[in-house]
Amino acid sequence: MNPIYASRRRNDVIIRMLCLAAALFGVTWLALILFTLFYNGLAGLNLAVFAQDTPPPGSTDGGLRNAIIGSIIMTVIGVGIGAPLGLFAGTYLAEYGKHDKLTSVIRFINDILLSAPSIIIGLFIYGAIVVPMGGFSAFAGCLALAVIVIPVVVRTTEDMLGLVPNPLREAASALGLPRSLVIRRIAYRAARAGLITGVLLATARVAGETAPLLFTALSNQFFSLDLTKTMANLPVTINNFVQSPYVYWKQLAWSGALLITLTVLALNIGARILGAERTSK
Amino acid sequence: MTDLSVSVSSANGPVPQVTLPEAAPKVTARGLNFYYGEHHALKDINLTLGTHRVTAFIGPSGCGKSTLLRIFNRMYDLYPGQRATGQLLLDQTNVLDPKLDLNLLRARVGMVFQKPTPFPMTIYENIAFGIRLYEKISKSEMDGRVEKALRGGALWNEVKDKLNASGLSLSGGQQQRLCIARTVAVRPEVILFDEPCSALDPISTAKIEELIQELAEDYTIAIVTHNMQQAARVSDKTAFMYLGELVEFDDTNKIFTSPSDRRTQDYITGRFG
Repeated sequence: MNPIYASRRRNDVIIRMLCLAAALFGVTWLALILFTLFYNGLAGLNLAVFAQDTPPPGSTDGGLRNAIIGSIIMTVIGVGIGAPLGLFAGTYLAEYGKHDKLTSVIRFINDILLSAPSIIIGLFIYGAIVVPMGGFSAFAGCLALAVIVIPVVVRTTEDMLGLVPNPLREAASALGLPRSLVIRRIAYRAARAGLITGVLLATARVAGETAPLLFTALSNQFFSLDLTKTMANLPVTINNFVQSPYVYWKQLAWSGALLITLTVLALNIGARILGAERTSK
Repeated sequence: MTDLSVSVSSANGPVPQVTLPEAAPKVTARGLNFYYGEHHALKDINLTLGTHRVTAFIGPSGCGKSTLLRIFNRMYDLYPGQRATGQLLLDQTNVLDPKLDLNLLRARVGMVFQKPTPFPMTIYENIAFGIRLYEKISKSEMDGRVEKALRGGALWNEVKDKLNASGLSLSGGQQQRLCIARTVAVRPEVILFDEPCSALDPISTAKIEELIQELAEDYTIAIVTHNMQQAARVSDKTAFMYLGELVEFDDTNKIFTSPSDRRTQDYITGRFG
């Protein structure tokens, strides 16, 4: 065989092996984490986890009800505040401000916010809300989560609207649609699956955030729906329970971690399915 | 390609063999100039689109024919840095008036694009959507209007049993006819076609060309095309543009048989372009 072909073929095999090894290396850890999580988490997962509140020290019964409810409340409110703001800001970047200089500045700042460590955001809300208000509150936790949601949704919204072909906007304009209707009725509609995917991914992102809640909502041993008081939540509860000396608490922490992971997995799969619908059209 | 003169003389029906009587002017451009930022894209354009006539714009890529078309409905307004000077009248309306309501202008001057652009909704909604912008009518009236528009787009027989299917599920040629139907549905006075067949197969192209000639009974039509045979087949008047200038504007017959400008002749005989 021609020596050039031989060496090309050899290089091809080497590179392919390297890529495969790297991929396997990454997937192995993910598989190990999931396996450990299911192995330790499933054992403790029973009805009591959903029905009972977090136990006092030393107790061997109790569950995660207050933490689960607290996490749901704060995630929903956080996404409820952050997602609309992100959608509007992303719409500005992709539609109204497309040719503005301001847009590139906003996009740059948004990218910084996107990669900011969540503990910084927690500290920011701590300084801006918790200290002036004189105490930890679930509401501060919601705000911290909202601040994390905003840049994610801004980014996905801008990207998804950017994928809407311009001729479609022109066609709508040519029919006599005012700008706002072109965006609301045509661009949003064409990008709908992508926009929802962005919100789902943002939800998945904040569902497991610990640091921002540690400085804002803190945690609560008891069941509480009061947004002005501390509120139990899964990530901080897991954090506390893992560090405790009690076997039963550690068991609950595993179950909580499994619950969060399953939630995030479900949200991601949902986003995937929506994404697939988008591309198949 | 067949001999050009043959294809003109044997073209079916509406292509005029004798000069048509001058139609009342619908769109009038006087001293029209256009700029993309600093770039002077159209230079001193003077022409008239006759009412219920089909006017074709031909010329090599970049000659400004699409640019001209996009002035007629102020499409360029969507983008910063693009501006037109001179005079452009739609009947008595000054199209370039900065205070003009663009949405009303675009209701009067419809446009069909190069690539089919069905909206991401059902076939029925694609049509009804535009009508609802301007009129509040009952469901049964709307059904009638949608059917009429789809018949106008020569699409009714193909889609009447699947009006609730997505507009995106149609073939390319059907999508383009849906876009034409959508444009017709809001009852414009002028319809602009920007290379409406360049993404379509020959059979779809033939259907659209036939449709354009039918539409000329009710609408004033301007069509940009890269295909000279197409211009010869569908239009009454032809404008040849080159490097941002309107080189020659005359009866289609005349342009394709005895053009008066050397550049027109070179272009239609395929010497450049």
